[in-house]
Amino acid sequence: MEEVLAYESPRLLADKLSHYCPGCHHGTVHKLVAQCLEELNLGQNTICVGSIGCSVFIYNYLLLDAVEAPHGRAPAVATGVKRSRPDKFVFTYQGDGDLASIGLAEIMHAANRGEKISVVFVNNTVYGMTGGQMAPTTMIGQQTTTCPGGRCAEREGQPMKMAEIMAGLGGVTYSARVAVNNIKNFKKAKKALKKVFEIQMAGKGFGFIEFLASCPTNWRMTSPAANKRLTEEMIPYFPLGVYKDLEGDA
Amino acid sequence: MSRIFIKGNIAVSKGALDAGCRCYFGYPITPQNDIPEFMSKAMPETGGEFVQAESEVAAANMLLGAAACGIRAMTSSSSPGMSLKQEALSYMAGSELPGVIVNMNRGGPGLGDIGPSQGDYFQSVKGGGHGDYKLLVLAPGTVQEAYDLTFLAFELAFAYRNPVLILGDAIIAQMQEPITPRDPLAVDPFEGGSWRLEGAMDREPRILKSLHLTDGALAGHNLKLQEKYQRAAKECRYEEFLTEDAELIVVAYGSIGRIVKSTIRKLRKEGIKAGLVRPITLFPFPSAILESLAHQGRKFLTIEHNMGQMVEDVRLSICGYAKSDFFAQLPGNLPTPNDFEKPIRDALRS
Repeated sequence: MEEVLAYESPRLLADKLSHYCPGCHHGTVHKLVAQCLEELNLGQNTICVGSIGCSVFIYNYLLLDAVEAPHGRAPAVATGVKRSRPDKFVFTYQGDGDLASIGLAEIMHAANRGEKISVVFVNNTVYGMTGGQMAPTTMIGQQTTTCPGGRCAEREGQPMKMAEIMAGLGGVTYSARVAVNNIKNFKKAKKALKKVFEIQMAGKGFGFIEFLASCPTNWRMTSPAANKRLTEEMIPYFPLGVYKDLEGDA
Repeated sequence: MSRIFIKGNIAVSKGALDAGCRCYFGYPITPQNDIPEFMSKAMPETGGEFVQAESEVAAANMLLGAAACGIRAMTSSSSPGMSLKQEALSYMAGSELPGVIVNMNRGGPGLGDIGPSQGDYFQSVKGGGHGDYKLLVLAPGTVQEAYDLTFLAFELAFAYRNPVLILGDAIIAQMQEPITPRDPLAVDPFEGGSWRLEGAMDREPRILKSLHLTDGALAGHNLKLQEKYQRAAKECRYEEFLTEDAELIVVAYGSIGRIVKSTIRKLRKEGIKAGLVRPITLFPFPSAILESLAHQGRKFLTIEHNMGQMVEDVRLSICGYAKSDFFAQLPGNLPTPNDFEKPIRDALRS
């Protein structure tokens, strides 16, 4: 019987062992980014802006020209890249500590200016690489190494809903929240990510996509339990969906 | 080229424009506001980009991004704003990215005041941000020099793939003088063909980063940077004024160097044998000339618009071979040549 190739790894994805923990969603999101870039034929023209934390190694996995930004500053670095090379496709890849805490000013102002860049935001409600400390997105009651009694709204405030915050800014063309916890959501996520990239290709302003992701290691959970938590606890608080789409079909 | 009468801030701005600067990222802070104001008009008019960033932090990181594309780009600020830029400058030095940064030094620490000072010497020449790195530092003493050194700053930034700092002060920034501009340079808008980011283009991806985690990688990288800084020693520049027969060598830079020159000119008429070494590059520091003068038995007096910072580098240069005094011009006010007569006479007598 003739063999038919049903699935191929994207060529933009490096053929190497992943350093991410079992059950972490970064690898899946990396693959989606690679797939979308490849399907849109963007690989040769893309400049990736890396950030800090677990996702800093994105440049080891995606075969793209890349620059590393200081903690939280990726949207400012991407602004400098895109303003000097408007002919290039530019995206940042940032975690929740990076984007929603130390880099909140940079993301909000780049978004508000309508910089023609794409932002891939991975929200796993915890600081991963530094060992599981509280993030701006840590959920009420969630225990971390710096809120051992569980996040308390009175003491630490409410988890930040970045997809909704972005949707409220004038320069943003598209903002969505997606997850890759099951096949159905994975497919929706890919569609939304492609949309974000297409918006930049059309020169139509700032595109933002928030991926809900699990961090079994710092959640102190098995991979299946982490996926279950994402489905049953995170999604109800951080609802999936398109929060802004100036291009229609919201 | 016909002479034009302009402020130091405008000289730096026009210098950048004529030297091929394509992107400017800044944030308002006194006394350098003429620079972003000039650039907000000049950049779009010449096909470049101007962004008023949300903060000095963001402006410096925008510079980092443009530098990664091999673009001639600049940011400018003044003392408190410079502190905020240090994170990005450390990353730029670590990632070996070229960029030009202007600091029109005002008085500190903290909010201090908006008057002139040289209190940022340590921050400028000793790294400023975290880690083992150096900026190349140019210190103009006249408005003409502010214009000319901006050309040099871009040239050095790309030659060494390192951030270059132009360290002026509130005097240079706000003073108006006639200057002779040059013909604008025709530069490759995307320099650094072998390392700039442009999309992977059927080749191995290029990664501009400062993270080195594998065993020995950071050590090797730091060593490479240090070798670069040693190589940069040949870029050392300074002005010598009446040093040949001088019993006393005054060391002063920037605006203060220029004012001291007037003092020396005046004292020479009384037969007082003082001369001046005015460092133009603060890093690399002109140690060799100071050491050589020390071996010739001269006395030294360092005059700074701060409580004593460059004097440490002067003393390291002369290695205890010569007597070395220091005079602190207190920051925040504008000294005149008369203010330096007594310290020079005292140093000669001591």
